[in-house]
Amino acid sequence: MAKEKKGVRLDHISKIYQDPKTKKDFYAVHDVSLDIAPGEFVTLLGPSGCGKTTILRMIAGFESPNEGEIYLGGEPINELTPNKRDTAMVFQSYALLPHYNIFDNVAYGLKLRKVPKDEIAKKVTNILHLVGLDGMEDRMTNQLSGGQQQRVALARALVLEPGVLLFDEPLSNLDAKLRVDMRNEIRRIQQEAGITAVYVTHDQSEAMALSDNIIIMKKGVVQQMGDPLTVYYEPANEFVADFIGESNFLRGTLAEKDGHHGQATIEGNPVDVSNVGHLNVGDDVTLVLRPEAAALADEGVLPCTVTLSRFMGNYHNYQVKVGDTLVKITDFNPKNHKIYDVGDEAFVAFGPEDVHVL
Amino acid sequence: MSVAKDQSAALDRKKLLGDPIMMTTIVVLIALLTLFILYPLAILLVDSFITDSGPSLAVFDRIFQMGSFTTAITNTLAVGFLVGICSALVGLLFAYVEEYVQLKTKFMRGLFALVSMLPVVSPPFVLSLSIIMLFGKAGIITRYVLGIYDNNVYGFWGIFIVQTLTFFPVCYMMLKGLLRNIDPSLEEASRDMGASRWKVFTSVTLPLIAPGLGNAFLVTFIESIADFANPMIIGGSYDTLATTIYLQITGAYDKQGAAAMAVVLLCITLAMFAVQKYVLEAKSTATLSGKASRARMLTTDNSVRIPLTLLCSVCAIFVVAMYICVPFGALFKTWGYDFTLTGKWFAQVFTKYHGLQAFGDSFLLSLIAAPITALLSMVISYLVVKRDFHGRGFIEAVSMLAMAVPGTVLGVGYIRGFSGGLFHTGLLQGIYGTSAILIIVFVVRSLPTGTRSGISALRQIDKSIEESAYDMGADSFTVFRTVTLPLIKESFLSGLVTAFVRSITAISAIILLVTPSTYLITVQINEFAEKGNYGIACAFATILIMITYGAVLIMNAVIRRFGTSRATKADKEAAEAIGTDYVESGQVEEL
Repeated sequence: MAKEKKGVRLDHISKIYQDPKTKKDFYAVHDVSLDIAPGEFVTLLGPSGCGKTTILRMIAGFESPNEGEIYLGGEPINELTPNKRDTAMVFQSYALLPHYNIFDNVAYGLKLRKVPKDEIAKKVTNILHLVGLDGMEDRMTNQLSGGQQQRVALARALVLEPGVLLFDEPLSNLDAKLRVDMRNEIRRIQQEAGITAVYVTHDQSEAMALSDNIIIMKKGVVQQMGDPLTVYYEPANEFVADFIGESNFLRGTLAEKDGHHGQATIEGNPVDVSNVGHLNVGDDVTLVLRPEAAALADEGVLPCTVTLSRFMGNYHNYQVKVGDTLVKITDFNPKNHKIYDVGDEAFVAFGPEDVHVL
Repeated sequence: MSVAKDQSAALDRKKLLGDPIMMTTIVVLIALLTLFILYPLAILLVDSFITDSGPSLAVFDRIFQMGSFTTAITNTLAVGFLVGICSALVGLLFAYVEEYVQLKTKFMRGLFALVSMLPVVSPPFVLSLSIIMLFGKAGIITRYVLGIYDNNVYGFWGIFIVQTLTFFPVCYMMLKGLLRNIDPSLEEASRDMGASRWKVFTSVTLPLIAPGLGNAFLVTFIESIADFANPMIIGGSYDTLATTIYLQITGAYDKQGAAAMAVVLLCITLAMFAVQKYVLEAKSTATLSGKASRARMLTTDNSVRIPLTLLCSVCAIFVVAMYICVPFGALFKTWGYDFTLTGKWFAQVFTKYHGLQAFGDSFLLSLIAAPITALLSMVISYLVVKRDFHGRGFIEAVSMLAMAVPGTVLGVGYIRGFSGGLFHTGLLQGIYGTSAILIIVFVVRSLPTGTRSGISALRQIDKSIEESAYDMGADSFTVFRTVTLPLIKESFLSGLVTAFVRSITAISAIILLVTPSTYLITVQINEFAEKGNYGIACAFATILIMITYGAVLIMNAVIRRFGTSRATKADKEAAEAIGTDYVESGQVEEL
């Protein structure tokens, strides 16, 4: 449905801000290069202040990069004002025009483009149908629920058939249940419209559910870029491992190595690992172990003492001590499993493929 | 990083240049502000420091040698200080009673509303007229109630009483907002821990609003110092800086001396303005962030309620009575001697004293100035709040600076700056002595209040609403026309009326610039009051009050009629903020 899918390319983009208190310059975004393919759904994920929204606002044109060039569909757009860029943004606060009704809100951009009246009416009706707001044309914005306002904001952006759709944490003002519904809707509509989308959020489950690719940022620097499976199972560093999902970090040294396989020493215990091709014997290693990838058993890899044991309904939560290292273990569907109590001696059990070596 | 910073700056510049309407607006605005606010003030400095023999302090030496000038400084500061304190205290009393005490009768609530309304519609010198009629030699109260035949209201006490009564409603409105924002649970906690009501007031409420009280004091102090009309009418031989400067020009024809005096006056108000704006204003809101969690329990205890409401009523009724005096002054044959009703003063206004022309001129000039002011102030607030560009700070600072410039100073600046053309070169000399310069002065004098209310209205609007329009393809002008302006139309309307009312009641700068061929109502009132012809002065003032009151009524009707159907919480808050700010900005500080 989009006129033309456009890719977005950021070429060594930096943005410098001044700290209002210390008057010192700092990089809000530092040397970010991205290549977003036409029709792709990409999420910028990171804690607040990581520069993700700044990147989005630079693509929209509200901020100017200090370094680098931004391309939209191959064209450099650095010098274009926001109204001249083929982008449409869905704002965190929805930013609906409160003095217009729904129809006029959605038609606003089309009117500016001097689209004929009957065509505007047709397009608006179609797009309102797409977002499930049939027959709401005459409502005022304050007569809508949060979810409905969100849909209007989405319709308003979609109707312009922009080269790229920009989302600035659009779901953060909705309650938890609505958020899940809306994110599925957004994904469905984006797929149907076949539009390139850049989505900013700090909510990892949103990023997982929506994206073809996730870009994880910290303090203005890209930490990792990849599809949801990759960033979850093969995090590039501890920050990514910790930010997406929960992680245990087992620190030790590499004792033996044979090709890709090897053995690490963790708290004095030998642990078989794979994918150690990038390391040498004697190097420090950190193993990323997801809580749900480990089990608590009478036999296993690392001997431990249980320090916390909590039944949570659909899972059982353990914290155990391996030497000085605290390890979290999640046992899903624990009904028929052995339950360990605080003070019990046991083993943390996992296989070489269950850990990711940093 | 400096090279990198340049790219962003260069891009922002290019984006700005790619938006010609915005660019033109900014350039024109900066030019206008420089020409009509900065330049007249700069020329005062130049004139008073540079004599025929080069730069020197000779002029200042000369004026400080004048006993009358140094006395005027002491007089001005003495009156201002006392007026500031008393206005803040009376304002606090009213604000406290409104926010803390259960007002039982509709009459009382009406009285409070009236008091907060009066400074909006009243010309600045009305109270001076009425105090003369009540307490002067032929005053009703002094002569007929107290039997005093030689009471002298002119001088320090006259100015003090009139200014306090004129300015305290401003303090009342300011403090009311602050008291409302105090979380009642703070006071309840203190009460719960065993404090008496008085102890709560002195240990919780008062410390919390102390910066606000200081703020109110300074605002009134500045207004009192800058006030021209009241000292002119009721000051007698007690000269203040504003009247001394006026006399230096109109009586002594010493324009250079007047320029130097204006610089002194300007320095005093600027210094206070700086303290008020950057120290107290920030503090007074910082201590009271957030809103009251729930409504305050109003005191019904009669031992508190009765004395406080009684005190307020006496004050309020006194003020209202003074205003009522004015139309009667115009209806009695000879005030103080012959109380038969007559229409002759009103008739004479039109038959003998160019009444029609005066009202026509004042009305027309204000009618032209008001939309210009309202539009300019909205554009300035839009640029200041919503846009980021080089020169934004300049625009904001200069339009706010005008608030600290007394009208008399501006008047002298215009005389020095434009009577001989720009920098005495003859350029633009054509506008001097015309109606155009009066309109410009009207605009400059009303701009700060309009801008301030525009800024506070725009701050309530989420920035992303305009960004979304911009993002959808609207250029700056379209965004302003289709989004910003519709969203702040109440503020725009009230700005329009405030500008009109302020213009039609303005006197201090105008009286220095008006030519004999132009008749303005305020100038006429001043003239007849000076001559002691109170019947005519009152007739003029009565009609003027009716015009301003009519304008406010029309505005309220229009806002009710065309007020938006938006009813979200944020909007209501915005409307409330505009509402209070309207009254605040209508404070008719005739600086």
